Amino acid sequence: MTQKILSLSNVTKCFDRRTVVDEVSFAINPGERVALLGHNGAGKTTLFKIILGFLRQEGGDVCVFDHQPGSASARAATAYLPESVAFQKSLTGREVIRFYARLKGENPKKSEDLLDRVGLAEAANRRVGAYSKGMRQRLGLAQALIGHPKLVLLDEPTSGLDPVSRQNFYRLIEDVAAEGASVLLSSHALTEVEARTDRVLILSKGKLVADDTLSNLSAKARLPIRLKVRGSEENADHIANSLGGKRINGRSVELLCEPGDKVARLASISELGDLIDDVDMHLPSLDDVYRHFSAIAEPEA
Amino acid sequence: MFNRILTVAGQEVRIGLRNRWIMLATLILAAFSLALALLGSAPAGTLGVDRMTITVASLASLSVYLVPLIALLLAFDAISGEIDRGTLLLIFSCPISRFEFLLGKAAGHVFVLTLALSLGYGSTGALLLATGSGSMAGLIDFVRLIATSAALGVAFLSLGYLLSALTRQAATAAALAIGAWLILVVLYDLALLGLLVTDPGGIFASKIFPFAILFNPADAFRLFNLAALGASNLVGGMAGVSENLPFPAYFGLFSIAGFTTLALILALFRIRRITP
Repeated sequence: MTQKILSLSNVTKCFDRRTVVDEVSFAINPGERVALLGHNGAGKTTLFKIILGFLRQEGGDVCVFDHQPGSASARAATAYLPESVAFQKSLTGREVIRFYARLKGENPKKSEDLLDRVGLAEAANRRVGAYSKGMRQRLGLAQALIGHPKLVLLDEPTSGLDPVSRQNFYRLIEDVAAEGASVLLSSHALTEVEARTDRVLILSKGKLVADDTLSNLSAKARLPIRLKVRGSEENADHIANSLGGKRINGRSVELLCEPGDKVARLASISELGDLIDDVDMHLPSLDDVYRHFSAIAEPEA
Repeated sequence: MFNRILTVAGQEVRIGLRNRWIMLATLILAAFSLALALLGSAPAGTLGVDRMTITVASLASLSVYLVPLIALLLAFDAISGEIDRGTLLLIFSCPISRFEFLLGKAAGHVFVLTLALSLGYGSTGALLLATGSGSMAGLIDFVRLIATSAALGVAFLSLGYLLSALTRQAATAAALAIGAWLILVVLYDLALLGLLVTDPGGIFASKIFPFAILFNPADAFRLFNLAALGASNLVGGMAGVSENLPFPAYFGLFSIAGFTTLALILALFRIRRITP
């Protein structure tokens, strides 16, 4: 039997009669890395605050290790990194870590090792005010890892980080999950989380529209491959007619095809021989997949 | 529990030291009190009163203005500032209760304030003693002044927490704090004075005025200190009031304690309802 680290069922939250979180249900297993995706204002932060017990949901149930959110035992096992946190500028990284270690009832001296782990050992005695954005975010992560939490909640941890810092950040998260902690992190772009999470949840206008692995989501979306065929100005119409595509400018024709038809489609293009100058193939990107699922909720809203 | 309260308190003291807040407050208190002691003591010699006592009388009036200001400036950031920076989310996601958090903040700030008062006023007292113009009685007056100033500070710290918990923006809380200082320390007295002048022998002067003093911790502080010095013959004004009151002057201390308790309870009530 696997105990769920976190489970939500039909959670609903309204602000001034506007539904921000709408019947959301999902569960997280031990050691799982789950990405919660959504546009700005989709309800990601509200969901985090409900899980932490800062907000009460109007309907549904939230369970953190069989405890009420916000209860002492739930808080002791949960760690959180808010979206934008500005630690006291005049304190050093070491002092910040020691402060939160004491609040969590952990050994401050031992917790200092976390600074080493996130690569801040050498900056530990510098003031936080002089840290770069990436360093501040890593300090935030170090803070969240104090005392080996079972559930780590990270609210847009990598927004605004450069690609290298982002990769380092995800490598750290991988290590944490490997040690058995479950990680729930939010982001507003699928491209950011890529293959670095086990499962993807997509939240759109407060509704959960997808809950699956990334490869399953791409398969489910069945997004067409786009082929752009370039000929000359005189024969563009001829190409469009014979392939059944749409002429998009003076000399190019766009075709859409299912992943399974790809080879057959390319064969029919090559039959045209000299008429074709060039062919471009666009596989659906992660952003396309994300847009596909986000759009599902749009018409109802 | 004590550990967590001490952690929050320790953090406040550390920040106070690091931001040079303590140093600044100490310097201001020391500079003003030294100026009052050295410049203001010139006429005292002719009266034949202890120079320390008369300095304490002047410092009591100084405290009424400065201590609430310092306390409010320390406190306004306590909750709204943490919300602004996003750190309250972090702190409240740790296993610390909101009561412990408020108590820790208060303990840290009281320490900062008491340290500044002891160093600032203490240096003046030490100087007077060293120059041979002090006495045992004068020393007790000094200690009483520092202790009651700290109590006045706690009252305004509590008010500051309440104001800070009312808003989510630190800037708004700062504006509220300055407004509260202006009303309680400056305008309240002016209003009382104006009402007294318009009808010196009426119901207001005899029945309402004494209690109006008790409702404001700043006035209650001044009333107690000047009465305790027996200084009505020295400074006149407010001190003379204490002899005509329908209650003893130490009621002023109860007033400060009551104000503090009420403000702290209201602040805690607000903090409990905050979504960080």
